[in-house]
Amino acid sequence: MPNMSLKRNEMPVQAPDVRNKNFLEVALGYTEEQAIDEAKRCLNCKNKPCVTGCPVQIDIPSFIACVAEGDFAGAYNVITKSSSLPAVCGRVCPQENQCESKCIRGKKGEAVAIGRLERFVADWHNAQPDAKVEKPASNGHKAAIIGSGPSGLACAGDLAKKGYDVTIFEALHLAGGVLSYGIPEFRLPKTIVQKEIEGLKALGVKVETNTVVGKTISIDELMQEEGFETVFIGSGAGLPRFMNIPGENLNGVYSANEFLTRINLMKAYKEGSATPIKAGSKAVIVGGGNVAMDAARCAKRLGAEVYIVYRRTENELPARAEEVEHAKEEGIIFKFLTNPTEITSTENGWVKSVICQEMELSEPDASGRAKPVPKEGAFIEIEADTVIMSIGTSPNPLIKSTTAGLDTQKWGGIIADEDGLTSKEGVYAGGDAVTGAATVILAMGAGKKAAAAMDEYMQNK
Amino acid sequence: MFEILEKKSLNPTVTLMKINAPRVAKKAEPGQFIILRTDSEGERIPLTIADFDRNAGTVTIIFQIVGGTTEKLNHLNEGDCLHDFVGPLGKATETEGLKKVAVVGGGVGCAIAYPVAKKLHELGVEVHSIVGFRNKDLVILEDEFRAASSKFVLMSDDGSAGEKGLVTDALKKLIESGEKYDRVITIGPLIMMKFVCRLTKEYEIPTVASMNPIMIDGTGMCGGCRLTVGGETKFACVDGPEFDGHLIDFDQAMARGAMYKDFERKAHDDACNLFKEVK
Repeated sequence: MPNMSLKRNEMPVQAPDVRNKNFLEVALGYTEEQAIDEAKRCLNCKNKPCVTGCPVQIDIPSFIACVAEGDFAGAYNVITKSSSLPAVCGRVCPQENQCESKCIRGKKGEAVAIGRLERFVADWHNAQPDAKVEKPASNGHKAAIIGSGPSGLACAGDLAKKGYDVTIFEALHLAGGVLSYGIPEFRLPKTIVQKEIEGLKALGVKVETNTVVGKTISIDELMQEEGFETVFIGSGAGLPRFMNIPGENLNGVYSANEFLTRINLMKAYKEGSATPIKAGSKAVIVGGGNVAMDAARCAKRLGAEVYIVYRRTENELPARAEEVEHAKEEGIIFKFLTNPTEITSTENGWVKSVICQEMELSEPDASGRAKPVPKEGAFIEIEADTVIMSIGTSPNPLIKSTTAGLDTQKWGGIIADEDGLTSKEGVYAGGDAVTGAATVILAMGAGKKAAAAMDEYMQNK
Repeated sequence: MFEILEKKSLNPTVTLMKINAPRVAKKAEPGQFIILRTDSEGERIPLTIADFDRNAGTVTIIFQIVGGTTEKLNHLNEGDCLHDFVGPLGKATETEGLKKVAVVGGGVGCAIAYPVAKKLHELGVEVHSIVGFRNKDLVILEDEFRAASSKFVLMSDDGSAGEKGLVTDALKKLIESGEKYDRVITIGPLIMMKFVCRLTKEYEIPTVASMNPIMIDGTGMCGGCRLTVGGETKFACVDGPEFDGHLIDFDQAMARGAMYKDFERKAHDDACNLFKEVK
């Protein structure tokens, strides 16, 4: 008998006023009992609408059926047929807009908590003693992956399983890309990311950190001198955008990328860290995406009073619903319909306040979202000593400018077809480098698609 | 791993190290920089490349001991390894079409000015080098500069080495005496570069200044190294590190450079104390 409760099992979490002072994971994960109880809410619909909402088409009802029977190993096998990073995606996917938005149970009551179940299964698997990984027999072909974020890891994993000799080149000193430098520990523990990478290494994947492709070595050199037959570019989102308003280069103004990198990659939040960070006593975060929520919640944990300034309303916030909810619970103050126009300075060149124009919504713009327009003459001033700009990124021109024959869009994104093939033979691309800033799961999906195409290309060469 | 093959103290606070880094050496050009970490918990710091040997696969760095990381770095010895060493980053010094150049270096900035002077000299450019130090104990690379320059002027604040005075005094004298430079390249403390640029602006001599701001990734991802050039925000790591000196907002760069001064001082003291305890 299915569990017909309209409510999903609550996710156990750290209490808001405890967790907003530490960097430990917020959500604690289902127990086995909770997972089985939640899994029984699935009606196992014949036409599987949830699967159509999944960017990598995980056979969701099948894995949930396994969970309902207590066969967690079976559930893990179902998920990993389609996904390379279940412990990651179970935590950071915007499920409410994807699989869970299609769930029949959501029509009357709450959708089955698919994301929480995915996380449960992955964590259960990771808690088991490591099964000995059989290194696949080598097929003698070499593939290079540029960037060790979600798209690169997924692409590397799929190719390695087929016996390719795969090397990942990473610019930073640590692999993981945005999973390491961007998403905070309290949302995605770094031990999980490193476990995924160790798993790839066990399959024979080599990871060369401290290698900036386009500077240390070029794509042409990889292919012509180092014998790589194919290259996958998963170099990520790129350069942080700024608003071009007065005061943006004052001391105390960070890009979200810098603020989060100092905290997550460089561990600046830890006592005695060699890397400094200044969250200040009052921080203003500009933007409404997941990155803005991450920056805000980090600043809060470092002791600041935190404001999020967003030019539209709560309804238009692009962040995951759960992140917004968690941020509010933790005491982040949202200032909707406000848009910074100037950052004022103290005598010593530090941030003093942020002056914001009040906005109102008018007709929807090209993106389909209501367009914010300035409210004539209405300004507010928010005192602050730290400002964090989290308004998106533009592609890094490094690879484009050092790779002859690689076409890019006007805005800088690499042009790639459905399979990830670029304008250059043997060179594939995927993730944010192609689409602009998007999600972990879309990047992972692109990496997997490209891996399939690269496999075909190398086999038929 | 990135082994330290050679270590040499150039003066009490400036050290030279030759690092085994074949991939970086293969691509390095004067004007570019590297980022290093001393250990697995270390901070990432950018240092401009002082020299390289493509055949030997080595890159030379010269650093001044100012903060915790440079203190730790200075305690490593030949045979030790750096945890991370990435590069070459940034754009190389532009040398095309130059015939006569004044290279103006100050303090440890001379370590970066020297490879530029050397490259220009090798390309057949007439190089005049003007270098300044606080006193004679701090002078570095004098012989090297002499070998790479047709004219060499050494200045010191107290007159204990070369002439007494500032590099701007020497540069002004040369310009006034009729030397016609098609470019001035200046590398050193921000305050010195600011005044060199102010001087050359008067004489309308195109001037390039090499910036060394606070930086994390060095590939454009963090934006921590941004500065204002001609009213526009630029990233030193990907757009620079060299910029048109007449357009740089030096005052802002100086303010930004001081952002973590308190932290740096403490980190340096902590590192010193730690090494004292170990002794």
